[in-house]
Amino acid sequence: MQIYLPIAEVSVNAFLLLGLGGLVGVLSGMFGVGGGFLMTPLLFFIGIPPAVAVATEANQIVASSFSGVLAHLKRKTVDLKMGTVLLIGGLVGAALGVQIFAALREIGQVDLLVRLCYVVFLGIIGGLMFLESYRAIRRSKVQGAPAPRKKHTWVHALPLKMKFRTSGLYISVVPPVLVGVFVGILAAIMGVGGGFIMVPAMIYLLGMPTKVVVGTSLFQIIFVTGFTTLMHATTNYTVDMALAVLLLVGGVIGAQIGTRIGTRMKAEQLRILLSLMVLAVCFKLALDLLIMPSELYSLGAGAGH
Amino acid sequence: MIRVLLLLLTLATPAFAEQVVAGLSRDEVAITANFDGSDILIYGAVKRETELPSSEELEVIITVSGPRQPVTVRKKDRRFGIWVNTEAAAVDLAPSFYAVATTAPLPDILSHTEDLRHHVSIPRAIRAVGVAEEVEEPVDFTKALIRIRGDKNLYQYLNSDVDLRDQTLFSTHIDLPANLVEGPYETRIFLTRGGEVVDRFDTVIDVNKVGLERWIYDLAHDRPLVYGLLSLFIAIAAGWLASAMFRVIRV
Repeated sequence: MQIYLPIAEVSVNAFLLLGLGGLVGVLSGMFGVGGGFLMTPLLFFIGIPPAVAVATEANQIVASSFSGVLAHLKRKTVDLKMGTVLLIGGLVGAALGVQIFAALREIGQVDLLVRLCYVVFLGIIGGLMFLESYRAIRRSKVQGAPAPRKKHTWVHALPLKMKFRTSGLYISVVPPVLVGVFVGILAAIMGVGGGFIMVPAMIYLLGMPTKVVVGTSLFQIIFVTGFTTLMHATTNYTVDMALAVLLLVGGVIGAQIGTRIGTRMKAEQLRILLSLMVLAVCFKLALDLLIMPSELYSLGAGAGH
Repeated sequence: MIRVLLLLLTLATPAFAEQVVAGLSRDEVAITANFDGSDILIYGAVKRETELPSSEELEVIITVSGPRQPVTVRKKDRRFGIWVNTEAAAVDLAPSFYAVATTAPLPDILSHTEDLRHHVSIPRAIRAVGVAEEVEEPVDFTKALIRIRGDKNLYQYLNSDVDLRDQTLFSTHIDLPANLVEGPYETRIFLTRGGEVVDRFDTVIDVNKVGLERWIYDLAHDRPLVYGLLSLFIAIAAGWLASAMFRVIRV
């Protein structure tokens, strides 16, 4: 069934959109990532104009993250306090990121920068996560030994300490705020919720337990992407409600299923799967940059001079 | 129909040897939620006050053009091992959709000067005056534009697709694809003899969003804040609904 999207001004298959939404929703619920880094390139691929894809994707992430957070709240796997601290940083970062984005657009090549950002960050995060979780799995298979005790690092020596009961942490608020700012900046530049950066940062930098990380990440993604949606709707008029509804119907159902799958899996397995997915997207984007494209030319909206 | 007749009356005042009398199967295209493209029949006849000139064959050219917009054409090149956009050319105005249907190959039935005057062929329908100053090979850029839009069925050269009978009755089908931009679609019919245009007929097909499509589009542009908040509300409501549904399904 074809459907004409009023803002994107293209006609696409409604079932394809429902399916894409569902698939990304499952991943979102499982890993606590918004799925933007996966969905946005997919939307480009089926012919949605990039500006509309990025803006509408933000709106869809709000829905799937909200659905996911509700499921996590019931299991008490959301650290609201930590989420709020991260969110404060995230909003500051997003505001900064929008400014950086505007400045880069004036120089040109913002397209390339976004792609390089994707390749570099997906590559680093995916690679590190893969190695770490692979080692963890091998360790548990060989010895069945418990995970090593948390080490005290420089993170624990900072001032402004706060108790995060759900995460079982007593650490300074400085690292979470900084993580929030950093993720906010990248999220604004790359047009994603930032979950795929946030999740590893929480696990490896803040030392939060994996079970809590997913819900907490989703919690702060709701607000960051909600803010982004409003910004896009009021400045660029690029949020396509019809497209969003189709994607989110699939997405919210997928997120519920994903959350259930996620809670049944071991943390290491979850992490190794996420890292493989991140690496796959990274590989695909890197190939696009390295292989000669079949069409050297591309069309964009004319800005004139 | 009345509009067509009135237009004909005003055109009829100077005495031309041959005139177009034409009609469209529809002069409005409504873009609804399940819009899947549209097929338009353009037909007509040639009206003569003198007897049939025997010298040259009569030919018919029909063009349909969507709203003209500026377009930026970018070219990728290899820099430091990766493919990046290096050159960009701004095309002043290019139609979002353009179809040209003819009775015979266009170069045979329309002279170069007439093409320049009436902007009939696809390359002539694109206005790219500034391109020459910006890039080294401007022709490659306009060619790329035509190729990319042609692949999406947005630019169509329908060679010999106009059916002409007894040098009097003509008809053709224009297939409007699903990814249309709304606006007035200028439709022109040319009669040519020996490469010269002997008569021209102009009309407009209105392509508009209607119903829900119209409402969403207008709200997004007229009241963006309300639209943004509504989008968020829908997202939150859908997220909550799915969660509530799954709670009921497996308690």
